[in-house]
Amino acid sequence: MKDVRDALMVARTSDGRLVRRPLSPHLQVYRPQLTSVISIFHRFTGVGLGFGTLLLTWWLVAAATSPEAFATVQGFIGSPIGLLLLFGWTFALFYHLCNGVRHMAWDLGYGFEKTEYHRTGWTVVGAACVLTVLVWIIGLVIW
Amino acid sequence: MSEANRPVQVDIMRSQLGRARGLGAAKSGAAQWWAQRVTAIALIPLSLWFVCAALRLVGASHAEMLAWIGAPIPVVLFIALVLANFYHLALGLQVVIEDYVHGESARLATLLVTKGVVFLLALTCLISILKLGL
Repeated sequence: MKDVRDALMVARTSDGRLVRRPLSPHLQVYRPQLTSVISIFHRFTGVGLGFGTLLLTWWLVAAATSPEAFATVQGFIGSPIGLLLLFGWTFALFYHLCNGVRHMAWDLGYGFEKTEYHRTGWTVVGAACVLTVLVWIIGLVIW
Repeated sequence: MSEANRPVQVDIMRSQLGRARGLGAAKSGAAQWWAQRVTAIALIPLSLWFVCAALRLVGASHAEMLAWIGAPIPVVLFIALVLANFYHLALGLQVVIEDYVHGESARLATLLVTKGVVFLLALTCLISILKLGL
């Protein structure tokens, strides 16, 4: 026991053995809910967008370096891997943006009813999908 | 209920805010929280603008890219986007690191490295934009 709070987690099994009670939610046995899944995806997409800034930086540096370097980046972006990454980042951006607006509504004190955060949660997922597909349709038409 | 068993009641004629004010975190602890929200609000229009700009630059040549970023408005908006984006990123990554990296020294080291990398990326983007746009 390192922490005095651990004293609250000491329990005995039915055969009398001392055990440390698991923390809840115990992720291996805890059924995922819409709210928790959306919440952790907000983090995933945020960190993912952070990695996306590497491509943005490369794109800008290449543009500032030479036409050849810029053509290399544009070529990578247009490759299957580049397009897949870009598609992922488009979704991550819209998801993080929409759910960020949802978070701001919470910060203002709105949307804490169970039915409300369930509805807004699905709205975020739907809006992110629709916006991603919309942007890609426009992008592919231009391309 | 006998006199000895009555729960002790103490009236404190001071609000919780009044008690907390001036004590450590209650003084400036909300600054990062606010900065994260302010940059988030700024990033809504800026990132939507960037998506539109990226759509215009699909398959663009170097000359087209230079022509686009050479105008004043894209330069200003792009710099604003980079500043808000990397600030927001640094704050967000800090929260994630503080939640998941345990141990004082490991946490501090991860934070320093992460913030250093984010800062360098931001500087690199800014210098590139200035070189392209000025």
